[in-house]
Amino acid sequence: MIANLFKNDKAMAFVLVILAVINLVVPLCNLIFAPGSPLYFSAYTVSLLGKYMTFALLGMSLDLVWGYCGILALGHGAFFALGGYAMGMYLMRQIGSRGVYGDPLLPDFMVFLDWKELPWYWYGFDQFWFSALMVLLVPGVLAFVFGWLAFRSRVTGVYLSIITQALTYALMLAFFRNEMGFGGNNGLTDFKEILGFNIQSDSVRACLLMASGMILILALLISRSIINSKLGRVVTAIRDQEMRVRFLGYRVEIFKLWIFVFAAMLAGIAGALYVPQVGIINPSEFSPLNSLEIVIWVAIGGRGTLYGAVVGAVLVNYTKSLLTGWIPEIWLFFLGAAFILVTVLLPDGVLGLWRRRLQEQKQ
Amino acid sequence: MSVLALKTGEVDTSHGPILYLEDVSVSFDGFKALNKLSLYIDAGELRCLIGPNGAGKTTLMDVITGKTRPDSGTVFFGQNIDLLQMDEPAIAQAGICRKFQKPSVFENLSVFENLELALATDKGVWITLFARLNGAQRQRIEQVLETIGLTEHRSRLAGILSHGQKQWLEIGMLLMQEPKVMLVDEPVAGMTHQEVERTAQLLLSLQGERSIVVVEHDMEFVRSIADHVTVLHEGSVLTEGSMDEVQNDPRVIQVYLGD
Repeated sequence: MIANLFKNDKAMAFVLVILAVINLVVPLCNLIFAPGSPLYFSAYTVSLLGKYMTFALLGMSLDLVWGYCGILALGHGAFFALGGYAMGMYLMRQIGSRGVYGDPLLPDFMVFLDWKELPWYWYGFDQFWFSALMVLLVPGVLAFVFGWLAFRSRVTGVYLSIITQALTYALMLAFFRNEMGFGGNNGLTDFKEILGFNIQSDSVRACLLMASGMILILALLISRSIINSKLGRVVTAIRDQEMRVRFLGYRVEIFKLWIFVFAAMLAGIAGALYVPQVGIINPSEFSPLNSLEIVIWVAIGGRGTLYGAVVGAVLVNYTKSLLTGWIPEIWLFFLGAAFILVTVLLPDGVLGLWRRRLQEQKQ
Repeated sequence: MSVLALKTGEVDTSHGPILYLEDVSVSFDGFKALNKLSLYIDAGELRCLIGPNGAGKTTLMDVITGKTRPDSGTVFFGQNIDLLQMDEPAIAQAGICRKFQKPSVFENLSVFENLELALATDKGVWITLFARLNGAQRQRIEQVLETIGLTEHRSRLAGILSHGQKQWLEIGMLLMQEPKVMLVDEPVAGMTHQEVERTAQLLLSLQGERSIVVVEHDMEFVRSIADHVTVLHEGSVLTEGSMDEVQNDPRVIQVYLGD
């Protein structure tokens, strides 16, 4: 069945194999070999790769919405951040009395604000299963409510893009407020443990990378089978001829809503995997600029392919890591220029160029 | 057949007509696109609508298919289904299908997949996710491919078909929906002479089992298919009759040639 998924998609199979190899070899080498050995990968590399995996998942989830359904969502980072906050709340509750103020129940920032009780919406986050459920549910419900209102009123195109930007901006402003009870502008940090293991330890970092990679592979497989299903064809049809689909008897808004909610949940998972690996979640993750960056990853990798978003996310973020270490001021100019160049010269992204080369060679 | 014997949702055509439009008015910013228009389409007939530009032909189709809500008037499908209470997908599911003026096929899907999406079946989102074609459905798609003459193009992307083939594919997509009424907007615009002839044959072969309403400018084409023609002018019906009657009507001549 899995082989069937890639009958006409060798590039996807290729990307999956590379991901599988990276996610096995790097963490294992990190654990087995000692520093100094040529086969050793540093803890820094491990968590950097883990971060890239979560970005790849985030980019791929946007590709479902934008590349396949044609909805240019410019607030996709909001779902990532919400998933991240749900995980962050779990990690905060795990700190327990080891915080600076030693309060067994209240996180440090609440003690600092002189709060006496845990707000009701923090209940349950001491349980991993509950937090994991919230990682899916909170982004999912927000996407459902927002999508229901927007798609039913047939808001499309640039108007939809603008209100998605407004959505993530509004959330950013809300999360900046101390009264919200999510740590204000400092966000949630100082995590100690995840599932009872030391979050700073090499083995946990290696496991987090493996988990991120495995979930990314699984999400790619599931998304590919959705795209190959009849629902996938309806979604593609909506992108190309929305009116025609409606006159065939499909409720276009429900299909858009389905794919939007699914993608939001994937973004939530990506956020939840990101937070333990970087050790912090704060309101800047909601910043509209972050959401624009996701769009650029997908555009640069090549939209409407799923694996293009993965390659784009890794490529852009690797360049970002290099450039910001070298000349930090240049990064945004570089990103803007890359986006313009890709839009004008490579409408199918970097991988589209590669595909065209291959076809030319064949001929 | 008594009304009580009807299943819910089934269209009642026991009195003859399948579409009833009465006193329908639509205006856009003061411009009356339809002006107290009344029109009846019989079950199983092939009707042609003609009229000069701006006569309201496309607006009429928009009203029937739920795209445009009229300011006043009633639109019934059979005697029992009020189309003004329904949205586009519901009307399409009830059995009124429409071909657009500009060929609207899914260019990034194959010819076969275009027909598959149009297939009359449950179009809910979860069912669509897990949908697999069964034998009878595959056969139906093959049949329609045969009817529209695109069997050998089944695996090609719809985007690389010729203009005429796209028009036929869209007609095929309507057929896949097993419609009771087909609204066909300018099926031969931009076609070669041969393609026009084939289209005429195609539409004539489809007549009878379903009602077909064709909007067309090409008078020769209209003459070759229609036994009943309705002329629209300034948003209402100017006259109805056979092609010869209509063409010799002095009012029609005046409308087409100008005062």
